[in-house]
Amino acid sequence: MSGVEIVPKSAPGDLAPPEVVVVPTPAPVARRRRTPLSMLAPGSASPWTGRLVFVVFAFALFALPNVLGNPSEIRQWAEWLCYAMVAVGLDLAWGYGGMLALGQGLFFGLGAYAMGMHLSLEQVPDGSLPSFMGLYSDYTSLPALWRPFQSFWLAAAIAVVVPVLIAGLLGLLVFKRRIRGPFFAILTQATAVIFALVLVGNLKLTAGFNGLTGFTKVFGRNKYAPETSQWLYQVAAVGLLVVLGAAMALVRSRYGKLLQATRDSEDRVRFLGYDPALVKTVGFAVAAGMAGLAGAVAAPVFGIVSPGQFDAVPSILMVCWVAVGGRGTLWGAVLGALVVNWTRVNVSAARPDDWQYLQGLLFVVVLGFMPGGFAGVLRSRYQWLAAAVTRRSRRTAPEPAFATATAGETA
Amino acid sequence: MSPVLEVSGLSVDFDGFKALDGVNLSVEQGELRFLIGPNGAGKTTLIDCITGLTRPTAGDVRFEGRSLTGLAEHRRVRLGIGRSFQTPTVFETLTVVENLDLAESFRRSPVAMFLRRRTVTPGVAETLERTGLTAVADQPSGSLSHGQKQWLEIGMLLVQSPRLLLLDEPVAGMSPQERLETGALLQELAGDHTVVVIEHDMAFLRRFAHTVTVLHEGRLLSEGTVDEVQSDPVVREVYLGRSRDERSGAAPAPVLEAAAFGTVGEDA
Repeated sequence: MSGVEIVPKSAPGDLAPPEVVVVPTPAPVARRRRTPLSMLAPGSASPWTGRLVFVVFAFALFALPNVLGNPSEIRQWAEWLCYAMVAVGLDLAWGYGGMLALGQGLFFGLGAYAMGMHLSLEQVPDGSLPSFMGLYSDYTSLPALWRPFQSFWLAAAIAVVVPVLIAGLLGLLVFKRRIRGPFFAILTQATAVIFALVLVGNLKLTAGFNGLTGFTKVFGRNKYAPETSQWLYQVAAVGLLVVLGAAMALVRSRYGKLLQATRDSEDRVRFLGYDPALVKTVGFAVAAGMAGLAGAVAAPVFGIVSPGQFDAVPSILMVCWVAVGGRGTLWGAVLGALVVNWTRVNVSAARPDDWQYLQGLLFVVVLGFMPGGFAGVLRSRYQWLAAAVTRRSRRTAPEPAFATATAGETA
Repeated sequence: MSPVLEVSGLSVDFDGFKALDGVNLSVEQGELRFLIGPNGAGKTTLIDCITGLTRPTAGDVRFEGRSLTGLAEHRRVRLGIGRSFQTPTVFETLTVVENLDLAESFRRSPVAMFLRRRTVTPGVAETLERTGLTAVADQPSGSLSHGQKQWLEIGMLLVQSPRLLLLDEPVAGMSPQERLETGALLQELAGDHTVVVIEHDMAFLRRFAHTVTVLHEGRLLSEGTVDEVQSDPVVREVYLGRSRDERSGAAPAPVLEAAAFGTVGEDA
């Protein structure tokens, strides 16, 4: 019987090899050669690459008005820079945090209305009602809701803080209940629709469907003066750089890594001791704050603030900018917002009827064939180029491995 | 000394299916406890209840004397309970170092979280060393082999220095060599930490287990040393599906052992 016994009877202690603690399995370490091109490659570890691109971008941004010259074109670009700010925030939430926020119009609109209300009050003498109230309402003194907006700084603070608070509250409610994916998308979309409805419905306070208009004076400047377009552009450029810089710092921080980790596996994050609801809420609130700031800058640039600019359709278009540009890369978001809007304005000027179709086609093509968006295509082109350069430099050097390979084949 | 982990009368009812049925379990400080049992025995459900993923219908789980009922998952982790999953889930877009750093950072202040990681902390460096991942530290974890991912997963647990580790099949899919290393690591951990391991691999179990708890159909079947459990007739019945009549007859024990529990030779 004992001959069948295969399992050796022994105490577990003497089986434990004390010297074998950990023998690391040798893994192939990819030694990437550092060429000037590979150092510039996106995703390379050096933070200097990002900083360099950022500085070049900043210079280009401030040089652009000199190239354009035409004030209306400069104003147009200022508008697109505001859109780019929204796109950067949205990319944080969607690209990095996996939260498809389909209602960024709400936060963009809150910022725009906050500054729009301040501008409306700037057009009339201190303490008097904005002009539309004389038409639509029987107010005799400024309603309480409007009073804080007499101060520029208060209006600016409200433009950012209120979106952050609303997004924070909404995020906690939604994410604590573990609502995500399409449900979150529909929910945010609904908030944008509700926002537009509330604006239209409260004619006496918001001027309803017509919105706030007639900002002939913007911060003490004449709206029609060419310098004002230039100035507004510069404000928007600074705004975009601030937003982009903050987003880049955030993405590189530990929190940024945590946000991406939460996007990829919420449960695993939970079992690392973090509350994913909180992580996502912070990301969503930051995106909302960026949209609010963009709205505040956009109000004087638009010259009009009305519900139609902030309801469902514009909110969806914002997501499309990010998708076209490339979600998950901040530069992609900026690129998407600028390219899509540039194309929109230029195409719809030449062929007003065709833009909608072209826009639809653009989104279908990008989502179907370029899942990484423009940034994804640029990156792969760039890597292809970098690889080509590396190949070329290798060809000039003797390659002993080549000879052994052919020798091995003949043997 | 009171046990680190005390499970009393734990039951889980999934729409009429009793995944766990009045399980009592107590694990002492520094133990290396193995949980075994056929498929559907409730091993993973038990761990899910301890970590808060599943809400028990009845019973209580106490960790270091404190009841865990109603506590969210991440709060239990913060108390010092770490777990790994059957399929390793690492954050594939992040590098190995970033994965470990994120795991270690859960005790950091919110302000510190908004700063960039500038160095590899001593804790992370030590864990890299311990799990043999130093060479691949800066690679995205998605490019690792299955075994390496599992080691990273264990590393992410270790770097959090939990007082109780719950490992769900940590050696599944590992090569024999990797299994040996993992086993040695588990033995090294037990003592300072309390470790509970779910494992199917009997050879691994024989080699490294101190105490074994056998679950079957949601109930605690047997508990003891490997030898005690192996010679328990009830356990044999469950594993071999023998009838009671056969069991009462004098079946040759060593044959059963070889058939039911495999051999050590497997992992050499």
